[in-house]
Parts: sequence; C-alpha cells; structure tokens
Amino acid sequence: LFANLSYSSADQVTVHFINRDGERLTATAKEGQSLLEVVINQNLSIDGFGACEGTLACSTCHLIFEKSTFQKLDAISDEELDMLDLAYGLTDTSRLGCQVCIKKSMDGLTVRVPVDVSDIRTQLEVGKQNKQ
Amino acid sequence: LLQHHGGAQVDIYEKLPVPFGLVRFGVAPDHPEVKNVINAFTQTARSERCAYYGNVTVGRDVTVTELQQAYHAVVLSYGAEDNRVLGIPGENLSGVYSAREFVGWYNGLPENRDLKPDLSCETALILGHGNVALDIARILLSPLCLLRKTDITDGSLAALACSKVKRVWLVGRRGPLQVAFTIKELREMINLPGARPVLDPADFTGLENAVKDAPRPRKRLTELMIKTALEKPGEKMMEVQAAAPREWGLKFQRSPQEVLPTADGRRVRGVRMALTRLEVRAGDSAKAVPTGDVEELECGLVLSSIGYRSLPLDPAVPFDTQRGVIPNSSGRVEGVPGLYCSGWVKRGPTGVIITTMNDSFDTAQSVLEDLQVGVLDLSTSREGFGAVESILHSRGVRPVSFSDWEKIDAAEVARGKAAGKPREKIVDPQEMLRLIGH
Repeated sequence: LFANLSYSSADQVTVHFINRDGERLTATAKEGQSLLEVVINQNLSIDGFGACEGTLACSTCHLIFEKSTFQKLDAISDEELDMLDLAYGLTDTSRLGCQVCIKKSMDGLTVRVPVDVSDIRTQLEVGKQNKQ
Repeated sequence: LLQHHGGAQVDIYEKLPVPFGLVRFGVAPDHPEVKNVINAFTQTARSERCAYYGNVTVGRDVTVTELQQAYHAVVLSYGAEDNRVLGIPGENLSGVYSAREFVGWYNGLPENRDLKPDLSCETALILGHGNVALDIARILLSPLCLLRKTDITDGSLAALACSKVKRVWLVGRRGPLQVAFTIKELREMINLPGARPVLDPADFTGLENAVKDAPRPRKRLTELMIKTALEKPGEKMMEVQAAAPREWGLKFQRSPQEVLPTADGRRVRGVRMALTRLEVRAGDSAKAVPTGDVEELECGLVLSSIGYRSLPLDPAVPFDTQRGVIPNSSGRVEGVPGLYCSGWVKRGPTGVIITTMNDSFDTAQSVLEDLQVGVLDLSTSREGFGAVESILHSRGVRPVSFSDWEKIDAAEVARGKAAGKPREKIVDPQEMLRLIGH
C-alpha cells in the first residue's frame, strides 16, 4: 500500500476481490492497470492467478463481475473469448482479469474469484462434516 | 503446499536432468506464452523450503517404498509417457509415428532425438481431432521463417526445411460436434500463412441448428468451422488462398482399419478407413459405429494422435491398467496411506494448464487436510533427502540441482541467441551432465 504514496489519490481506485474461500481482499489500484496487475502488484493471495502472465494463453485470471459493472466494460475481443471459453465456472458476467483495465468509475468495484472444481469438493466436504 | 504450510519442506524428483516436463517438451515451440508458467515454477523451486533433484529415476534409482520411508508424504505426478495404440495392421510400418514421439522429437525430448521422421511425401494423415493433432499440422505446414525464431530444435528445423509435406488431413472417427481441439488452436490453423483450409461443406450443412442452444464454447467452435466451410471468402482472400502452396483439412466419421504398405512392403502408402455413423448415447455423447463402407486415403506419413497413456511406476503403487491411472480419491492413493498422486496420472491424460493446475491444488488440499487432522503422522521425524542421498550414492546416481539446471538453461539461451531463438535445447542428457561437471 505504501508503494502508491507517490501517486496522487485522484489516480487511485479501491477494488475488492472476493476470494474462493469467501474472504474479501481489498486493494488500491491505479487507473490503467489491469486487474491481473493489481493482484500481482498488491500480492493478493489468490492461488494460481495469472499463470501465463497476461498473454491470453490461459484462463487462470478469470473473474466474475456484477452485471451492472460488466455491461460498462470495454468490448471483449475474440482472443479473450477464445480463452475465456476454457474457464471453469464460466458465467454471463465473466472476463479475464488481464484484459480488464481500471477506470476511475470502477472505484469500489467488487469482483469474485470463481470457485473451481477442487473448491466445490472442499465446500461439499466441509458441508458433510458439519452435518455429522 | 509451501504457501499453506509454514513448516513444509518439499523435494521434487525428476527422471531427466532438466525440469518442467510437458511445459518444456509438450507445448508447441510457437506457443511461448504458454511457457510463461515456468517463471512461477522457478520462483517456487528457488524457495528455501523446496529442493529439486533431477537425473533421479524413481522406481529404479530409488523405490517408492524407500521414498515413503524418507518422507511423511509422497506425491506421484509423473504424467503419461506412453501413447494409446491404434491396434491395427500396418501400425508398425515405416512412416507411421505416434504424435507423442513426433512432438517429443521437435521439442527436443532426449528419448525421441533420433526419430528421423521421413518427411519426403506430399500428404500426411493425422489420426485424431485434438489440440496435439492441430499442433502437429501447424508445425508441418508453418512457414520456416516463423519456426526459425522459436525454440524448436535445430535438427527438426533442418528436417522441416527439406520437408515435401504440403497437405495434411486430420481424420477423426466422429463428427464436427465431437472435436476435442479448442478454438484458439483452430483459429490459428485457419489463419496460418501459406496454408489453405479445406473443409467439406457437406460435413457442416444443417449444423448451425444443432448448436444454437449449445454452451458457448462448443457453439463458437462449431460456428467457426461452419463459417470456414460454408462462407465464400472475399475476392482478396480467394486470391490469397488460391496462391497458398499448402493445404490442410478435417475429415470426419472415418475410423482407421489398416495402414497399407508400399509394394515392397516396407513403408506406408495409405490408410484404409471404415466410414462411420454416429449413434447418440446417453448424456449427449456420440459413438462412432462402422457403416460397412470403406475408403482409402493415400499418404506417406501417418501420425497417430489418439491420446497419451500413463504407465505403472513401481510394484508398490497400485495401477488401474484399464483406465491408465493410479486409483485414488481426491489424490489420495487407494490403500496406501501417505501416498498421493496428481495430474495426468491421477485423472487421465487430457487438459491444459488450468486443468492440471487445479487438479494439483486438489491433491495439495488433500495433503494439507491429512497433515491437519493427523492422518499423516508427524510425530515420527523423517530424514527426507538425507536418507535418499545415501541410497542414490550407493547406486552411483548423482542428482542435478536446480542451480545446475540454471547453468544448463543459461547455456541453452546463449546458444539460441546467436540464431535468434529463445534457446537452443540440448537434447543429449550426457551433454547436459558434462556441462555441469557431472
């Protein structure tokens, strides 16, 4: 967080990531940064995020947006759609974090990290244990 | 494991001197971005609580039982080093190769370095409709000027420079709706400079209707094939395509019956295929059933791309020969406490990085749970590499460290630089060992 002190606060935006375990991770981001860059720069503990380092060669930076925010995002390219098509838990408001850049209007944005297959299993097991 | 358990020490054993497996030897040379994941792996390997030991063959240099005595938990993630076989006559003729060995050859996998595939014919047949099939088609037909800038081995580049192959058919038993390749790779093939796509419109008429309610990935993939097959290109594109020196196409509902030999009986001259029809089974799956009709396709090169296959490692490890995986439940090997598995040897040999990565997290989760609830007994301390080191020493095996690998890495990068390539892979394990003074 201290790294951002050199920028004026007018450039900065607050973004919330709901992690797979439900924990809310809050980060400050600079306008123009991609959401992947925010996760990496702020060292957010999201397992396996951004394996291909933002080159549209994987879908590990998949994020789910609220409908209202989703509709205001810049148009999605064929290349992004091609990779997004391989993502787990694809929704109608899914995008790849490496392709979405922060705008001032996104202050207070909340995005959700999709739960993948192994997480669903964990949730089911936790559920089973609770019932016992 | 390292991130979620502050006290864990993780040691990685690898048969080859060099790490990374399929990321180095499976991903196509012209897909360098997919290999970026090596940076994350490198960071992990360099962490204090992680050690890499290359040039150690588990099952021979050290047994799984010996590893289990040395470590609280052992995870097997040795993948699929073999391939499925066609099981048809003529499969062993000269000119027939498995996709696995061909990919290994152009990617510098030591055991495939002497493959010397014969590329002197005009037509190649690839059996299979997956991404590996597309990779091979693309490498066979890519303009050399593009390949020259990749980490494809020098030897393969030289062979491809002399290649006469100008036509590649990708042949599958089922139809367009069952293709296993994904849209990015298909799009790349359609846009490949100098190669014209040849899709039979008859295979695609009426298909638009079949996918109108399909999940988006299947729908987009099918629509791209339909468009390529049915849409008449603009004038400029027609000129470009007519001038293309090479071509490739998809053939459907053809099942290989026999690889046909040349007159002298030595090499492949074609493949006889059984034409199939599709029987829809439960849950939208389709099975190819022979109709009785056959067709012969002429070719001088056959690549069988019908799937990889895992092999059993060690008598102490249960193995399901039918499914080709280690029997397990969320990565816990059945009947063997303290033994786990992940990746292709756990789930079967399909999937891209995200699939296998998530799967590994699943196994790691099982290990962490077992540590937490005491299924893994930490009250007995284990020696780890301390115990393994003396075993290896007594067997004359000298492991390669991660910093040793970094010396090999630096040498490969330096050699590649002169040729404008990201690296020139060393394909001889003995040369690798000499380089690090072993």
